[in-house]
Amino acid sequence: MNAREAILSALRRAAPPRVPLPDAAPGIVYPDPERQFAEVLAGVGGKFVRVPDLAALNFELGKVEAYARAKQVASLVPGAGIATVDLSAVKDPHELDGLDFSIIPGEFGVAENGAIWIPGSTLGPHRAVFVVCQHLAIVVPAGQIVSNMQEAYARLVIERPGYGLFISGPSKTADIEQALVIGAHGARSCTVFVVG
Amino acid sequence: MDHAKSAARFAADEARTHWHDQALYSLRGKRDRAAATIPEWEQLRETAARVKEHTLSRLAEYLEEFERNARKNGIQVHWARDGEEHNAIVHGILARHGATRMVKSKSMLTEECHLNPYLEARGIEVVDTDLGERIVQLAEDPPSHIVVPAIHRKREEIGELFHRTIGTAAGLSDPKVLTEAARQHLRQKFMGAQAGLSGVNFAIAETGGFVVVTNEGNADMGTSLPPVHIACMGVEKVIPRARDLGVFLRLLARSATGQPVSSYTTHFHGPMRGGELHVVIVDNGRSQSLASEVFRRSLSCIRCGACLNTCPVYRRSGGYSYSYLIPGPIGSVLGPQRDPAAHASLPFASSLCGSCTDVCPVKIDLHHELYAFRQVLVEKGLVPLHKRIAMAILGSVLSRPWAYRLAGRLLRWIVPRLPRWLAYGPWNAWGKQRELPPMPKESFRDLVGKEPP
Repeated sequence: MNAREAILSALRRAAPPRVPLPDAAPGIVYPDPERQFAEVLAGVGGKFVRVPDLAALNFELGKVEAYARAKQVASLVPGAGIATVDLSAVKDPHELDGLDFSIIPGEFGVAENGAIWIPGSTLGPHRAVFVVCQHLAIVVPAGQIVSNMQEAYARLVIERPGYGLFISGPSKTADIEQALVIGAHGARSCTVFVVG
Repeated sequence: MDHAKSAARFAADEARTHWHDQALYSLRGKRDRAAATIPEWEQLRETAARVKEHTLSRLAEYLEEFERNARKNGIQVHWARDGEEHNAIVHGILARHGATRMVKSKSMLTEECHLNPYLEARGIEVVDTDLGERIVQLAEDPPSHIVVPAIHRKREEIGELFHRTIGTAAGLSDPKVLTEAARQHLRQKFMGAQAGLSGVNFAIAETGGFVVVTNEGNADMGTSLPPVHIACMGVEKVIPRARDLGVFLRLLARSATGQPVSSYTTHFHGPMRGGELHVVIVDNGRSQSLASEVFRRSLSCIRCGACLNTCPVYRRSGGYSYSYLIPGPIGSVLGPQRDPAAHASLPFASSLCGSCTDVCPVKIDLHHELYAFRQVLVEKGLVPLHKRIAMAILGSVLSRPWAYRLAGRLLRWIVPRLPRWLAYGPWNAWGKQRELPPMPKESFRDLVGKEPP
């Protein structure tokens, strides 16, 4: 018997009596999801910026110090920021090591935890673009904030085959004496622009 | 090694024990505050527990469904009965690619299988990339906690360790500076790696993919640069549907560190462009646990560490006092299931206060399981002689009301008259590092008898 059959038959032999699969009751709904999102995002080390349009976004982006200093910028949001790196010309994701700033689109945000859903297909040819950069900006259209993760999963579509993730704030660690440090391996800052 | 003995060594440094206790309890406090922000918290725990219970009742079917859908997504699925098979599969994949440098994000399963020494013996450099894991790897220690692996180390010690191992300046102790040094050091490792290995937090049967959560982004770095990604999971990691993640992810980070969610929650449903994605499904004793009516619930664990953070014994005895690689209440239930003789003291490393059960996001009845395991160990004859004798005496006294009354009267008379050296001798474990309460003059029965009806 191969390992697969051995494991599956052992699990079948050991299986307890069947019990039904429950569904969760609906989760908390916030009266103003965007406001809740902004508060929680600040709590997890992110920065929330509300802008009416792309022109305002670019104006605010210019005030982000990390962006102003950035030499290598990648943008996957048409019209947002001035890209200096052409991702489609990058053959190997390792070449992105010097990337200072990435601007990526987000599909929707989650008010209860400041997370934003990023479908892998919107990350361009190299999905490493969101984590290998020193600083990150995520652009989310206005009115696209759900209250909680249960609503998020009711809404999101998992691309198969594919990739997708929630990002909630910058990369962080508290592995040394529980002291919170922002910027472990991924982005050292995470600015979220809600546009519209 | 007996838990009480190694705990005594840890507790000998009183200041450090106090610091450890406070550091862990602050995590418990953060968990409480995070849970309080969700009005339906208790309902969520109940749902999570029942989803896990359901999944365990048809685990084989869900694993087959996962495998079928994963294959459709282009994921290569492997099965391993034990740690040895698991290690051989991982090594086989690396060998086929001629890979000699691998980065790894946190996976307690690979610790359980002793993957690192296996690969290192075959000429492969394995670099743990979670900061806490890297610290304990450089120090050649095992993790002392499943979420914060280096919680037992002080910042000055980490500064000294980094100076010795990765060439930072001497005398560093600022966590920011140390983390930045680790970032630079590990960035090189990420860039040089030919393969990345991750654990699996949840595998989804319905979609044939899996989710990995980190705060640092190390799993994302390690699996988005090299072309080969290997993900290792125990059979119990599968859940039925993507929407069940909506329940578990609301509980996991809040229970672990009090965060509303981890920074990165990544869903893998296929290899990256031009790459390969392998999933290794491991049994290693889990099917045996599933067969046990009492202990199967421990398979519901989502490894948040909340039971460690709240446990008064773990907080004051440290991760290394536990003989099993997963410490704390959950480890004390899991370890003896793997090897009862080697971990016979662990179910006794608990006051049975039940705090672990109260915080568990999937409602594992941990303190009941610890209590039940004590009985298993007694039946197997794995309890030390002095405990067996004491239990036999106590049993015969407590089962005879006259003997109980007599013993009570004798003790109330004798104990206050004993010289200190006799009352607090090495035979009295309850008199170690603490004063016995004063003996009452009368028994409860006497007091009740005096009450007017």
